[in-house]
Amino acid sequence: MSAVVESKPSKGGGVSKRPLTPWKAPKQSTVKPRKVNGIGSLNGNWAYLFTAPFFVMFLIFGLAPIIYSTYIAFFNWDPLAMGDQQFNGLENFQNLLTDSRFWIALGNTLDIWAMSTFPQMVISIGLAAILRSKFLKGATFWRTILLVPNITSVIAIAIVFGQLFGRDFGMVNMVLGWFGIPHVDFIEGTTSSHIAIATMITWRWAGYNALIFLASMLAIPDELYESAQLDGASAWQQFIYVTLPQLKNTITFVLIVGTIGGLQVFAEPLTLGGSMDGGSSRQFSTLTLFLYEQAFVNNKWGYAAAVGILITVIVLIVSLINFFITRRLAGEDTK
Amino acid sequence: MTVLKLPTLGAAKRSPKHQRLNKIAYLLLALMAFLSVFPFYWMFVVASNGSDEISKIPPTLIPGPRFLKVVADVYSVVPFNQALINTAIVGIVVAVSQVLFSALAGFAFAKLSFRGRKFMILFVIGTMMLPSQLGIIPLFMLISKAGWFDTLTALIVPALVTAFGVFWMRQIIDAQVPNELLEAASIDGASVPRVYWSVVLPIIRQSAFVLGLFSFLATWNDFLWPGLVLSSPQNFTAQIAVSQLKASYVLDYALNMGGAFMATAPLLLLFIFVGRKLVTGVMDGAVKG
Repeated sequence: MSAVVESKPSKGGGVSKRPLTPWKAPKQSTVKPRKVNGIGSLNGNWAYLFTAPFFVMFLIFGLAPIIYSTYIAFFNWDPLAMGDQQFNGLENFQNLLTDSRFWIALGNTLDIWAMSTFPQMVISIGLAAILRSKFLKGATFWRTILLVPNITSVIAIAIVFGQLFGRDFGMVNMVLGWFGIPHVDFIEGTTSSHIAIATMITWRWAGYNALIFLASMLAIPDELYESAQLDGASAWQQFIYVTLPQLKNTITFVLIVGTIGGLQVFAEPLTLGGSMDGGSSRQFSTLTLFLYEQAFVNNKWGYAAAVGILITVIVLIVSLINFFITRRLAGEDTK
Repeated sequence: MTVLKLPTLGAAKRSPKHQRLNKIAYLLLALMAFLSVFPFYWMFVVASNGSDEISKIPPTLIPGPRFLKVVADVYSVVPFNQALINTAIVGIVVAVSQVLFSALAGFAFAKLSFRGRKFMILFVIGTMMLPSQLGIIPLFMLISKAGWFDTLTALIVPALVTAFGVFWMRQIIDAQVPNELLEAASIDGASVPRVYWSVVLPIIRQSAFVLGLFSFLATWNDFLWPGLVLSSPQNFTAQIAVSQLKASYVLDYALNMGGAFMATAPLLLLFIFVGRKLVTGVMDGAVKG
């Protein structure tokens, strides 16, 4: 939400008060304050016409389905029973809270989210710190090649990673074997399958996020580094005391976006397992996968809609927790 | 800066000129670059060697001679050319429409003054936080009711314009188009559509192209929704065609990876030409938050 706030004219230009985009602060204060209300000479009803296609499409294909979904969640909705749906109040939600499959999916989702988010942050920030260097040769080449994983489909990638993580002939097991580690059946184990899925997610997003961190690192004024150098700070100290504090808003942003995406993870487990149950013992069933299983395998649309509402609630709660924790941690850093 | 009272005075003498990038840094970059492209290479290696070669220890690491045979196998299972054409049609239509409508609405949100603007943009961002699958069942009902089940229309229409695109274009126009230019144009008597067409669009065309690319990639790679609404092979998109390979055989790795490679190769080819633009796009979007 705070992304909008940054386009407001600065209320005094304090860097620490602006969420998400502190690097714009100096420029912002020179912008005319009337900007926020649009350009005076360009007004009138054109705006409604210009936004109309979006709003019409959005109301029909975005908002209406969400509202109708909330309605369905209170029914024992069966797509095969045409037109005759039974209202059952809160039963779907009550059943969900006692459904062990739901809790397994929730646990798996949080586990995969944690395993993919935190290593990814470390890798991305580290990569960005290297890419930021003025002495790096072939900067464009490195930036571009790190984005390659992000353009491919999860299906194609899941097929490759499924093979790489294979029990008998997978390359991961071969490499582990060099270190004397016995073969792991990645797909069958709970933690090991989560590792495989988290690896796929990290592989796909680490380079992309590195570019985001790089963009905000490049916006850090050189003077900060110069004066740190004069004070005798080593490269590592500059990173800890100059770079990281300046990145706090971007870290918050990437974490929240990553959380919203991470809590909805389904494509990787779906394609890795090849079915919507998430493995032989549901070891990598996730919340969204559970939703699709209920909706399109078991035809329990009311139940699935209830899952969707709970996912939304969970996403909002975790995002808020995330937001406050990173704010607090980052706030202490800058003091 | 108060944290930086550190006693290492000697380091201050080092002038930036002598600061070279560590060899370890290059090594790490090279490792990440290798990991980034290896899965693609591996796809091709497995597909061109056949499954037997892969089940050896140590496995073959170089491409073999059987790629064309695997391609023929893929064609015998699914009409892959048709799938590529379908995917291209959907991708291009969605990309063009996304750019067009997103830029239009984004311009209004960034530069025009109208009642309810603030509320509407907050509303758009708020909905971006909601999980996309929340409305998927009613959307499925809607598409079926409209008679679009098992047609490409089912893929195109819901994706014509999205909140993400509008928000992104708003940020871009806000950052790239100076108000003075718009004011000057309107003082010269240009109407709002004229300003949009002759002033705004030429300035943002690079970013608009990037948005189009991202929409195209997202459409190309989507598989859940197409998997739900498409049922006959002649309507499949490339990803659905690939997922059919898995269903047809019991884990024939060569066949599956062949299909995956064929569905990915067009994107890799495209990436060679537009990769740098995508990098710029990601970084631009990042600065705008």
